[in-house]
Amino acid sequence: MTAAPTAAGEDLLVARNLTKSFGSVQALKDGSVTVRRGTVTALIGDNGAGKSTLVRCLSGVHAPDSGELLLGGEPVRFTLPEQAQAAGIETVHQDLALVEDLTVWQNLYLTRELTRGIGPVKLLDRRRMRTEAAAMVGSLAVNVPGVTQRVRRLSGGQRQAVSIVRAAHWGTSMVIMDEPTAALGVQETARVEELIRDLRERGLTVLLISHNFEQVLRLADEVWVMRAGRSVAHRHTAGTTGEDLVGLVTGAVAG
Amino acid sequence: MSSTPSSTTGTAAPSPVADQPPPGPAPEGAQRRSVGNRLGAAPWAELAAPIGLVVLVVVFGILTPTFLTGGNIEAILAASAILVVLAVGQTFVVATSGIDLSVASTMTLGAVVLGQFVVAGTSIYLACLAGIVAAALVGVVNGLLVARGKITDFIVTLATLSAASGLALVIADGKPQPVIDGFLLELAAGGIGPVAWPVLIAVVVAVLAHLVLFHSRFGLRLLATGGSEEAARKTGVHTSRIKIAAYVISGVLAGIAAVLLVARVGAAEPASNTSFLLNSVAAVVLGGVSLFGGRATIIGPVVGAVLLTALVNGLTLVGVSQFYQPLAVGVVVAGAAFLTRFSK
Repeated sequence: MTAAPTAAGEDLLVARNLTKSFGSVQALKDGSVTVRRGTVTALIGDNGAGKSTLVRCLSGVHAPDSGELLLGGEPVRFTLPEQAQAAGIETVHQDLALVEDLTVWQNLYLTRELTRGIGPVKLLDRRRMRTEAAAMVGSLAVNVPGVTQRVRRLSGGQRQAVSIVRAAHWGTSMVIMDEPTAALGVQETARVEELIRDLRERGLTVLLISHNFEQVLRLADEVWVMRAGRSVAHRHTAGTTGEDLVGLVTGAVAG
Repeated sequence: MSSTPSSTTGTAAPSPVADQPPPGPAPEGAQRRSVGNRLGAAPWAELAAPIGLVVLVVVFGILTPTFLTGGNIEAILAASAILVVLAVGQTFVVATSGIDLSVASTMTLGAVVLGQFVVAGTSIYLACLAGIVAAALVGVVNGLLVARGKITDFIVTLATLSAASGLALVIADGKPQPVIDGFLLELAAGGIGPVAWPVLIAVVVAVLAHLVLFHSRFGLRLLATGGSEEAARKTGVHTSRIKIAAYVISGVLAGIAAVLLVARVGAAEPASNTSFLLNSVAAVVLGGVSLFGGRATIIGPVVGAVLLTALVNGLTLVGVSQFYQPLAVGVVVAGAAFLTRFSK
């Protein structure tokens, strides 16, 4: 669950000049971001600035057309989500990527199913997954009403929690969160922010995509700003104001 | 994290988030829904087939004493076997939110290939295997076109429906081929005690299918793919492979059904078998399987298939013209679909 705390502060993930086109639309022209180990790094930008495309390139949903991706100093290339997962990068997607018809424990263990073998036959160890899923949910102190509930029956905040719990549990080096509070009310937002602080305290590295500049200043150590498909600025949140960020996002202040 | 923190739902240890006051707008009453659940509003879809079967047995049992005799029950079960096997295959595809309109034609093709191997003088076992492989290949084509070709399942399997039955006509030159063989005779007429071989085969297929769907990694990933392909893909599921596998399973089971069909009929016929297609989909709907994918049972479609067969059997015994039988099937399926509306 925790990244090596000894190496805190060094560059964990470096993306340089990532590009991605969909047909004739170049959604990402220069996606660059550096995430240091054990920190919360924010990625901000207007709608259509390329944040989600960059995130999908980091999580293996899209393969970038060009550019460089370094993880712990080693060049990596993700063309499938499972490759990013294998590298310890988990993502809380904007749409949460939960299967509503499945239960909470099934979603938490999907593609990581525990089995018990009877000879060459491997059957799901449903009981163990249920028990451990309950522990997983409990360890993050979130109020999800029972892991045997179908996700369809959960509220927006509860679903968000399930998706975050999944990412936090399996993400051994880094958790990417794409607008985790965009669809939430005030109270639920506060709880998610608490979770994010909790993750950092456990030594996890977080890349947070957010529209909420106050939230970014509350949670993040560093901020990267995107505009029109390019990463245009990098700031430490200490000493940076909300107005600074608004200026950078709109282009009123040059990167 | 809950926005409806009720004293009964808190599973987490005492935490700073658990003891916050309930927020204002509770999201569409989770509590109300669980009450409705307890009152039994939800499982109507899954209960449609069992309830229907009980009603049917009672009604026909009263109308005609023959219906509930041991011999007739054996006959119903033996006659259901082919449909059960097809419906189980259909269930795998429907669970991925697809549909296999080609099952019956695939079965026909498998039967005809089996017949041709027998004509060529190979062993009956090789002939049966060839029929199953031919049917599996149709499944491979379906799967590749749907998953890799990204063509709508409906169109793909409509095309293979036509192509497979056409191919069967070409191979058989439009003529039925009698298949007289000791192994197939035993398969059709023999069994263990009162239980016929086709019934045993159908039971084994259903039990294995249940294990695969609910107790294997593949099954969970298949249900995830059907529930939300996008979410499954982002979670690392190879959704294309899962879909291809579902169509191949449907094809293989259509091949097994072909062997049972040839044994039952005593001939390999290039007939269209349209009623098997319609009834396989009807059994799945009766069984409460969501046509949108992601939610399925095996027992539901199995009971659905038995129900449809018992319906036709009962109507025949009562002396209703067979012209009314498709009409009755239609009414029952529409009724089941109506019940499923209350399960949402």
